[in-house]
Amino acid sequence: MIPTVPQPAVMTWCYRAYVILFFVYLALPLSVVCLFAFNNSVFPSLPWEGFTLAWFFGSDAPYIGVFNERSILRAIGTSAFVAVWVAGLAVVVGTCNAFLFVRHEFRGKALLYMLMLLPLIIPGVILGISILVFSSAVANTLEDATGMWFDGLRPGLPLVILGQFSFVATFATLVISARLQKFDPSLEEAALNLGASKFGAVRQITLPFLLPAIVASAIVSVLMSFENFNTTLMLVGSESPLTITMFDKLKQGSTPVLNAVSLLLIIVSAAIGLMSLLFQNSKR
Amino acid sequence: MSRDASKLGFYLLLAPLLLWLVLLIILPHIGLFVVSVSEKVGVREYEIGLGNYAAFFTEPLYWRTFARTAIMSILATGLTLILGFPIAYYIAKLTKGRTKTTLFLMCMIPFWVSELVRTYGWMILLRESGVFSSFLQYVGLASGPVEMLYNDAAIMVGLVYTSILFMVVPLVTTLDSLDDSLIEAGYDLGGSSFSILREIVIPHAMPGIVSGCIVVFMLSLGNYLTPILLGGKDSLWFTGMIYTQFITRFNWELGSAFGFLLLALSSVLVFVGLKLSRQSLSGTMGR
Amino acid sequence: MTDAPDLVCRDLVKEFDQFRAVDHVSFEVPQGSFFSILGPSGCGKTTLLRMIAGFQAPSDGELLIKGKSMIGVPPNKRPVSMVFQHLALFPTMNIGDNVGFGLRQRGVNRTDIKKRVEEVLARVGLPGTSGRRVDQLSGGQRQRVAIARCMILEPDLLLLDEPLGALDLKLREHMKLELKALQHEFGTTFVYITHDQSEALVMSDNVAVMNHGRFEQIGSPHDIYYKPATAFVAGFVGDANRFSARVKGSSEESLILETEAGSTMEVEAKMADLNVGQHAQVFLRPEAIELAKSKEQITGNSNVTSGTVTSVLFNGANSMVALRETGSGATLNVALPQTGAFSDLSEGDEIFASWHPTKARCYPGDGA
Repeated sequence: MIPTVPQPAVMTWCYRAYVILFFVYLALPLSVVCLFAFNNSVFPSLPWEGFTLAWFFGSDAPYIGVFNERSILRAIGTSAFVAVWVAGLAVVVGTCNAFLFVRHEFRGKALLYMLMLLPLIIPGVILGISILVFSSAVANTLEDATGMWFDGLRPGLPLVILGQFSFVATFATLVISARLQKFDPSLEEAALNLGASKFGAVRQITLPFLLPAIVASAIVSVLMSFENFNTTLMLVGSESPLTITMFDKLKQGSTPVLNAVSLLLIIVSAAIGLMSLLFQNSKR
Repeated sequence: MSRDASKLGFYLLLAPLLLWLVLLIILPHIGLFVVSVSEKVGVREYEIGLGNYAAFFTEPLYWRTFARTAIMSILATGLTLILGFPIAYYIAKLTKGRTKTTLFLMCMIPFWVSELVRTYGWMILLRESGVFSSFLQYVGLASGPVEMLYNDAAIMVGLVYTSILFMVVPLVTTLDSLDDSLIEAGYDLGGSSFSILREIVIPHAMPGIVSGCIVVFMLSLGNYLTPILLGGKDSLWFTGMIYTQFITRFNWELGSAFGFLLLALSSVLVFVGLKLSRQSLSGTMGR
Repeated sequence: MTDAPDLVCRDLVKEFDQFRAVDHVSFEVPQGSFFSILGPSGCGKTTLLRMIAGFQAPSDGELLIKGKSMIGVPPNKRPVSMVFQHLALFPTMNIGDNVGFGLRQRGVNRTDIKKRVEEVLARVGLPGTSGRRVDQLSGGQRQRVAIARCMILEPDLLLLDEPLGALDLKLREHMKLELKALQHEFGTTFVYITHDQSEALVMSDNVAVMNHGRFEQIGSPHDIYYKPATAFVAGFVGDANRFSARVKGSSEESLILETEAGSTMEVEAKMADLNVGQHAQVFLRPEAIELAKSKEQITGNSNVTSGTVTSVLFNGANSMVALRETGSGATLNVALPQTGAFSDLSEGDEIFASWHPTKARCYPGDGA
C-alpha cells in the first residue's frame, strides 16, 4: 500500500505490470496514428510498405501531403482564428470574474458562482443546440421585425466562437481565481500607500502577479477550442474548423493524410500543453 | 477614490459575467425548453403542448436509446473508476519526485490531443484491416480478418480511453493530500490492506472520486464522436439522435425535447451522486 | 508477570544507501516503564522507533517484544501501537470510530466495541465524546484520543513519536504531566522519542541519549543530568559552561587544567583518564557555580575566579548572570540563587565566582 509497509513481492509485481499495461493502453492509439503517417501506402493500415514523407510534402495524387492539401490548410486557419477569439474572450471575462468572485461580496454571489460552474456539467451537444435554437429564434424575430438579414446569428464562425467561449470561460475563471486567491492584498495596499492610483496598483502589481495564470488559461483555452467537437458540430456553418473537417474526411474513408495531420496535432498539442504546465509551475 | 467609483467598478466586473451567463447559458436553455414544448401545426405556426415528449415515450427506439446511453455511460464511469484508481494511487503514493512528474505527464499528453485523433487511433487498431486484426492473423490466432470495430465493447474501450484522465487527475490530487502516517496508523492498529483501503483511503478520496465520476459520466453521456466512429451507424447513442433530429431531419422541436431530456438525466444523476456522497457542486468542481 | 523485558534490541542496525541511520543500538525496556530516546533531529531516533513499529526493516540485529522476535513481522501483526507525530487521527471518522478502529479490525462485535470505546474514552478523561468530529477537539484532547485509540488494543508497547511537538508551550508543559499520569494509569510500557530534554527528563524512568545513530548513554534522568557519560550528553542535556583545556598537572585526586583562554582550574581526577599534555573538555552547570561578593566569603571551593557582570538575564526562577572573567576574558554563565541574594546585581559589577572540583565534568577533548 505504501513503501514503508512490506507487501508480498508477487503483489508488487502484479501492480507494476498493471501500471505498465495501462500506459501501453494510453500510448497505443497515438503511436499507431503517428506511425502510419509515414507508411508508403494509400491506406493507414498494415502491411508496412516503407517509409515516406509524402503524406506531409507530397504533391502528386494520390500522395497529396498535408502541406499541399487546401481544405486542411484552410481548416487549420479557421481553427486558429476561432481559437484566438475564444481564448481572448475567455481570458478577459475570466479575469473580470476572478476579481468579482475573489474581491467582492454581494448578494447572490453563491448563486452566480453555481451558475458559472454549470457549463462544466452541461453536455457540449446541449450547449450547442441551445445556443443554436436561441440565436435562430432571435434572428427570426429580428428579421421579421426589420426585414434585414442577421447572418451572424445563423450557424457559422461567430456562433462557433460564442459556443466554445460559453464553457471555456468557466475554466479560465477557475484558473485565474485560484491564482488571485493566493495574492496578498497588502501588496496592493502598499502600492496605494506609496501613491499609486487604484487602477495603477492593479495594473502594476496585481496583473503581473496574475500573468502566469492568465497565460496558462489562454493556452488551455486555445487547446480546448482547437479540440472541441461536440459544441462546434451543432453550430458550424460553411467554414469548418479542423476537427469538423477531419471528421467529414474520416466518414468518407481514411487516408494517411489524416495521420499526418494528427501527428502534427499531437506534436503541437503536447507542446502547448507542456507550455501551459510550465507557466503554471512558474507561479513560484 | 469615491464610493461611486468602486460601485461603478463592481458593475463593470459584473457586466461580462451576466452577459455571458444570461445570453449564452440561461436564455438559450429557456429557449430550448420553449421549443421543446412547441408543436408544429402549420407553416411557422406553433402550439404549446407536450407532444414531443409524448413522441419520445411512445417510440421505443427513442427511449431505449436513451436508457442504453444512460446505462452505458454509468458502466463506462464505473469501469473508468476501477481502472483509474490503482493508477492514481500508484502515482500519488508509490512514486516520488521525477518519476511521479513523468508518469503524471505521460497520463496528460494523450488528453491534450483532440478526441478525434484518439478515436482515429482506435479505429486504426480495431478495424477489420487494422493492427490487431493483422497481428492476430500473423500469429495464427485468426484465419481471416477480424472486425473488432462497430460493437459495444469498442465503444466502451473508446469511452474509457477518452475520459480516464478526468478520473485520474482528481484522484491523484486527493490521494496526494492523504498523509502517509494515516495509512501507517491503520496498519499499526492492526488493519489489513483491504480494510485500510475501505475505511481510510476511499473515504479520504471521496471528493476526488465524486468529481471524477461526475466529469466522466458527463463526458460519456454527451459524447458523440466515440459512439459514432467506434460504434458505427447503428451505435444508438442519444447525442446522435439529437444530431439527426436537428441537422438531418430538421425537426428542432423533437430535437430540443431530446436535448432537454438528456440535460435532465445528467442533472438528476449528478445531483443524486452529490447527495449520496454528501459533496457539493462547488466543493467538487470549483477547484 | 513474566520477567522478560517488554522490548529488547540487540545490535540493531539500519543502513540506507550510503548512510547508517542506526548503528549497533542495544537496550532493554522493562515492563511498565517509561523509556525515552532523546536526541537532536537526524540522530536516527525516528528510524529506530519505526523499526520497532515495523515500518522499517532492520539491516541487522535482533528485535524482541515480550521475548518474541519481530523480524519479518508486519506492523499490523505486532503487539505495539504508535502515537504518530501529528497523531494521524482519521479525519473522515468521528472520535468513536477512530478509537474503535483497531477493535473493528479484530472483528469484535459492535456492542462490545461501543462499550469499550466509552470505557477507554472515560479513562483518558473524555467521556461522551465519541460522536464528535476530530476537528472539534482541542490539541490536548486529540492527544488523548490518539492514546486512547492505541490503549484500547492493550498493546504490550506504546510508541510515541514526539507527539507534543505540535503543541504550544503551555499545553506541552501540561501534557507532560498528563502523559506521565496516563502511563501510570494504564501501566503499559511507553517508548517515547523526543528532541526536547525536559520532556524526557520529566516523564521517563530511563532515558537513552542518541547521537549519530548511536546511544551515548542510557540511564535515569538523574544520572543523565548529573553524571553525563560523554561530552555530547553533557553538552546536549541541560545548560553548561564549556571550556576547551589542556592538562597541566595531575595527582591522585585531581587534575590541573589550563583553559584555552588562559585560566587554570582543578577537577576531579577520576572523571577522565587523562595525562599531562592531553586535551580535555570541561562542562560546568550554571547552578554549580556559587557567587560571592568578596573572596573571604568563599569556603571549601578550590576553583575561585572573579569577573565583571556583562548582563543580567532575569527569568524568574531561572535567572542568570553572564560574567566576563577578569584574567582570561572568557564568558561564564551563572545561575542566580533563588534565595533572592544577588538580585541587586547590575551590569559592570565586580563579583567572585567559585565551584567545587567535583561539580565540573571533564572529558577527553578532540584537541580543537
